[in-house]
Amino acid sequence: MRAFLGFVRKEAFHILRDKQTFWILLLMPLVQVLLFGFAVRTDVYDIRLAIVDPSPGPASRVLIERYSASPRFRVMGVYASTAPLDQQFREGTLRQAIVLPPDVDRALLGRAPLSIQVVTDAADPNTGSIMQAYASAVLQRWHAEQTMRAGGVRLDVAARMRFNPTLESVNLFVPGLIALVLTIVSAMMTAISITREKETGTMEMLLVSPLHPVAIVVGKVVPYVVMGFTNVLLVLGAARLVFGMPLRGNVALLLAEALLYILTALALGIVISTSAATQRTAMIAAMAGLLLPTLMLSGFIFPLDSMPTPLQVISNIIPARWFLIIVRGIMVKGAGLATLWQETLILLAQTVLLLAVGVRRLAIRLE
Amino acid sequence: MSALAIDARALTRHFGDFTAVDAITFHVAQGEVFGFLGANGAGKTTAMRMLIGLLEPTSGSATVAGFDVASASESVRRSIGYMSQKFSLYDDLTVQENITLYGGIYGLSDAQIAERMHALLGRIGLEHARKELVRRIPLGWKQQLAFSVALLHEPRIVFLDEPTGGVDPITRRRFWEMIYETAATGTTVLVTTHYLDEAEYCDRLSIMVDGAIAAMGTPGEVKGAYDASSLDEVFLRLTRPGAA
Repeated sequence: MRAFLGFVRKEAFHILRDKQTFWILLLMPLVQVLLFGFAVRTDVYDIRLAIVDPSPGPASRVLIERYSASPRFRVMGVYASTAPLDQQFREGTLRQAIVLPPDVDRALLGRAPLSIQVVTDAADPNTGSIMQAYASAVLQRWHAEQTMRAGGVRLDVAARMRFNPTLESVNLFVPGLIALVLTIVSAMMTAISITREKETGTMEMLLVSPLHPVAIVVGKVVPYVVMGFTNVLLVLGAARLVFGMPLRGNVALLLAEALLYILTALALGIVISTSAATQRTAMIAAMAGLLLPTLMLSGFIFPLDSMPTPLQVISNIIPARWFLIIVRGIMVKGAGLATLWQETLILLAQTVLLLAVGVRRLAIRLE
Repeated sequence: MSALAIDARALTRHFGDFTAVDAITFHVAQGEVFGFLGANGAGKTTAMRMLIGLLEPTSGSATVAGFDVASASESVRRSIGYMSQKFSLYDDLTVQENITLYGGIYGLSDAQIAERMHALLGRIGLEHARKELVRRIPLGWKQQLAFSVALLHEPRIVFLDEPTGGVDPITRRRFWEMIYETAATGTTVLVTTHYLDEAEYCDRLSIMVDGAIAAMGTPGEVKGAYDASSLDEVFLRLTRPGAA
C-alpha cells in the first residue's frame, strides 16, 4: 500500500510539474464551454428579414409589426416586388424574406388561395432550417388570428417544446462537452502518460519491480480521475453560472455517472497505450480513435436519428453515446436511475470489458 | 537449490518465425561479474529480458536466485535489480524523489530509505544535488545514480543492460569500479555490453552470435581457445568468419 501511495504521488508530480499541460487541461474545458456557449449557438437571433408586400393592407401591416416586435428578427425593409432581394441575399445583408401574394386581405376572407413564400439563406443548412421554423411560427400565429377575425375556422396548433421550452442550445452542448473533455483528459492523457513510461524505459523498471501490474495501472490513472472529476465540476459550474443551465435531476447521480464515464475513458486510454509504442502514436490514436467518434457518433453534434443505419449501429459501441443520453436525461429532463439504468449498465459493461482487456494486455505485452 | 545465481537451461525465445535466443545454457555463480557480449540483435537483451521476467521463454527454463523465472516470477522480482540503457529514472522528479519512489516500491521503510539515500549520495558525491531534478544532472552522474538506485533494495543479482552507452571513457571506468565494489559485497552482476574492452573486466563472459552462445569462459580462456591476443579478435572471428 505504501509502495502504491508513493507511486500515485509520483504520478501527481508528473502532472503538476508539467505546468503548461496542467493549465491547458484545467482551463481548456472552461474555454470550450464559453466558446460553445457564445459562438457555436444553434439558436438564432437577429435574423435580417425583408418583407415583400405588393398590396399593403391591414392584415399585412399586422404581420410586419409581428416580425418587428420579435427579438429574433430585424426587418430590413418592406418592398413591393421581389426584385431587390436577390442582390441583398447574395451580399448577405438579408438572411430571410417573406413574400406575400398581391391580395392578402381577400385571401384571408377565403375568396382566394393564400400562398406565402418564405425564402431563407440556407448556406448553413442548420441555421437555415431554424430560421425557417421561426419564420413559419410567426406566420402561423398571424394567420390563425387573421382568419378568426375574418370569421373563418380557427385552427390552433399549440406546440410546446418540452424540457427546453426556449430551445437553448446550452442544454444540448454541455453534456456533449463533458464527454469530450473527459475523453481528452482521461483517455488521451492516460494513453500518453503510459506510453511515455514505455519510451523512457521507466515502464520496464516498474514491470521488473514487485509492483503488481494492476497496481501500476491503478496508480497511473488515479490522478487523472481526480483531474477529470475537477473538469466535470468546472464545466457544470460554468454552464450553470454563465448560461444558467438547468440541473433538474439528482446531482449525486450525475457525478456518479460522470465518475463511471471517467473510468470508461481511462480504460480506453489504457487499451490504446498497450498498442502504441510512442507518445505520438498514442496521441494520434486517441485523436482518430476517440475524439472523432465522440464528436461525430455520439449524438453530440449530429443527431443519431438522421444517420444512415450502419453508422447508427456503430454508434452503439461508442461509450460517449450512452453517457450523453444519461447526462441529458439527468440534467435536462430530471430523469433518475429508474429510467437510465439500461444506459448505465451498458456503460458499466463497456468499462469492465475495456479494463479487463487493458490490464491483460499490459501484463502480457511486456515488450 | 544450488549456489548458482543464474542457471539457464536451453532457454529459447521465438518471435514468430525468428529465433531470437536459441537454446542457451549457462550459469553464473554468486558474486560473479558475468558479461553478455554480442553484436546488436545477437539476442543478449532478449536473453536478459527472459531472466528478469519481462519476456516469457518459448521453451527451456531458468532459475534466478534459486527461483524459477516462469513459476516464481514474484520472488525473482524481489531478488533482482535492473538498470537499462535508458537509465529508468524520472526526469521530472528530483534525485531524492526518485530514490524515495524506488525505495517505496521495493517496500523499504522510511528509515531505511533515509539511511541508504544518505550513504548512496555520499558514495557517488551527489549530496549537493539531492533536490535537483534528474533532468538537470549530467549524464555520468545520472548513470551512477541509476545504478545505485537499482541496488537500493540490496538485490542478490543486478542486471545491467548496456549500462555504459553514450558516456565518456573516464565515467565508464568509474562505473566499472562501482560494478567491482558491488560484486565485492557478494552481489552477482550480469552485464550486457558491446564494448569489448569492458568485457576484459568480467570474471567470465559469453559471446552470443545469432541467438546462440558461441564462446564462454574467463576472458583468458576465451582468448586461449581462439588463440587470439584480444577479445576484439575473437569477436571478429566469431561474427565475421570470412574476415579474419
